[in-house]
Amino acid sequence: MNDMAQAPSVPLLEVRHLSKSFGPVQALSDLSMALHPGEVVALAGDNGAGKTTLIKAISGVYKPTSGDILLDGQRVTFSSPQEARERGIETIYQDLALADNLSIGANIFLGREPMRKAMGFLPVLDRRRMAEAARETMALLDFHVKRMDAPVSNFSGGQRQAVAIGRAVYWNARVLIMDEPTAALGVPEQRKVISLIHQLKAQGRGVVFISHNLQDIFAVSDRIIVLRRGVRAGERRISETTHEEVVRLMVGG
Amino acid sequence: MTSDPSIQRTTPVHVAPPADHADVRLTLLQRIANLRAWLFLAGLILVFEAWARMSYGGTFIINAYNLQSIAVFAVAPLLLATGQTFVIISGGIDLSMGFIMGLAAVVCAHVVAWATPLMPLPFAVLLGFLVGILVACVPGAVNGLLVSRLKVPPFIGTLGMFGVARGVAFLLAGGTTVPVTNSFLTALGNGRIAGVPWVVIVTAVFVMVMHYVLSQTRFGQHNYAVGSNPQAARRAGIDIKGHLLRLYILSGACAGLAGVLYTARFSAGAAQAGEPLLLDCVAAVVIGGASLFGGSGTILGTVAGSFVIAVIQYGLVFVNVKPFWQFISVGVVIIISVLIDQAQRSFAGGRQNE
Repeated sequence: MNDMAQAPSVPLLEVRHLSKSFGPVQALSDLSMALHPGEVVALAGDNGAGKTTLIKAISGVYKPTSGDILLDGQRVTFSSPQEARERGIETIYQDLALADNLSIGANIFLGREPMRKAMGFLPVLDRRRMAEAARETMALLDFHVKRMDAPVSNFSGGQRQAVAIGRAVYWNARVLIMDEPTAALGVPEQRKVISLIHQLKAQGRGVVFISHNLQDIFAVSDRIIVLRRGVRAGERRISETTHEEVVRLMVGG
Repeated sequence: MTSDPSIQRTTPVHVAPPADHADVRLTLLQRIANLRAWLFLAGLILVFEAWARMSYGGTFIINAYNLQSIAVFAVAPLLLATGQTFVIISGGIDLSMGFIMGLAAVVCAHVVAWATPLMPLPFAVLLGFLVGILVACVPGAVNGLLVSRLKVPPFIGTLGMFGVARGVAFLLAGGTTVPVTNSFLTALGNGRIAGVPWVVIVTAVFVMVMHYVLSQTRFGQHNYAVGSNPQAARRAGIDIKGHLLRLYILSGACAGLAGVLYTARFSAGAAQAGEPLLLDCVAAVVIGGASLFGGSGTILGTVAGSFVIAVIQYGLVFVNVKPFWQFISVGVVIIISVLIDQAQRSFAGGRQNE
């Protein structure tokens, strides 16, 4: 294991001895990891290795059977994904949690739409504010669209991924969890998402990122944690490992 | 949604960002497609106008009587279609609306008939209206509970309610129509303000309020989100169960309003009042640009769709064509409308097929 010489003392997110079982099935056992501001940590492993269980525990979908989750060094428990989100942990799902027929702004504000008073009394949706927030947020991600009022179904997969990330950024997520963010995309689109992750990193946010694609992992991550059958098979700095070594850890050679 | 990412979605790869002019052209196409119901309506009016001038030397549309008749004719289908628009945008359908309308008409007639000797005429009418609309909310609430809590597909749940409401309405009416004698009711149902029938004014105000609710409130916005991607809506913290319950109650209330206005217009309640209107109201919503897959549609589109149907039905009678041509014409318009919708979607590009 490598020591984290230059890492700040208190990690943004820390997982300590986390276990999760579903009845007799031990999906995750005694897993520990840390995520520092501006750091990208990749989770790798075969299907059923426990990656998804881990991120669902962090994002409040599953309650851990044992172990702790710490945010800024404080122990936290989440009873719902909403609670995790309120504390700044946002999950970008693989199947893009966007309402396709709504605009970027409407998606960013979905469930918490801003209202204004028209003619002094009639409450109406504040579409201008939504569009402005959308424009600012997307500019922050170096992403420019001509028509802010167009439904997101008009955009490509990578652009939609950017919208989902933009929503997290707008609501000040400090930890972004991404489940296979590049899986459904073409190659140029994958590059766009990789560059988005670089932006998030530069903004000092922490990213936990699941991928099957070693190329993506090596392109963007600082560290990689390999899981195998619910236990940690190894952790490496990207700069000090190779594809071959990671694959060996995944398959257990 | 499948779990295997490799077969989940084939997203077109945009090697270069789309050029600006392509973007604008797309917008124009989409705008035209979105306005198709109004274009249909304009085209129909022109056709009937030309037809009327050629065969009678008279005018079709620049005629207050015709305009009024079409508007009155469109009241009930439009009210049903307004509720149906909300339901269809949410990805559902409400098949029970027609008989909920009949149920409200019968209940309203009974209540007004019972209350007329007991209180001043307007109060009896008001009471009848209120009770009729409230009763219509009950099957709506049951629909909502079936769809939201028990996960019954809307098509099946509301089909069941279609039968129940129909049976209850006929039982309450004793298998016949329920006449009412209340001069205030008759005046309301057939009276005019500045030449505009009172029922048309009520409908217009109601439809404007519903347009506001759909386009300017959180309820409306959440309705689009639920129909567009229920999972996304749930993850965004929207209370989908509560939303669906309110949605089907609203749909029942729209049918209820149509029912009590029917009673006012004919001074009688009939269980079969809304029977022929059920499919017309779905057709109006589809012609108006909504997708039966949910997530799209507007009240203004539905208004145009309702008038397309009303103009076809009234216009064909006016130019003295056998009434059966109505069915054919409305059917053809529905099919063309859906074809335009699909063409527009494939032009829009980048959109995945569900």
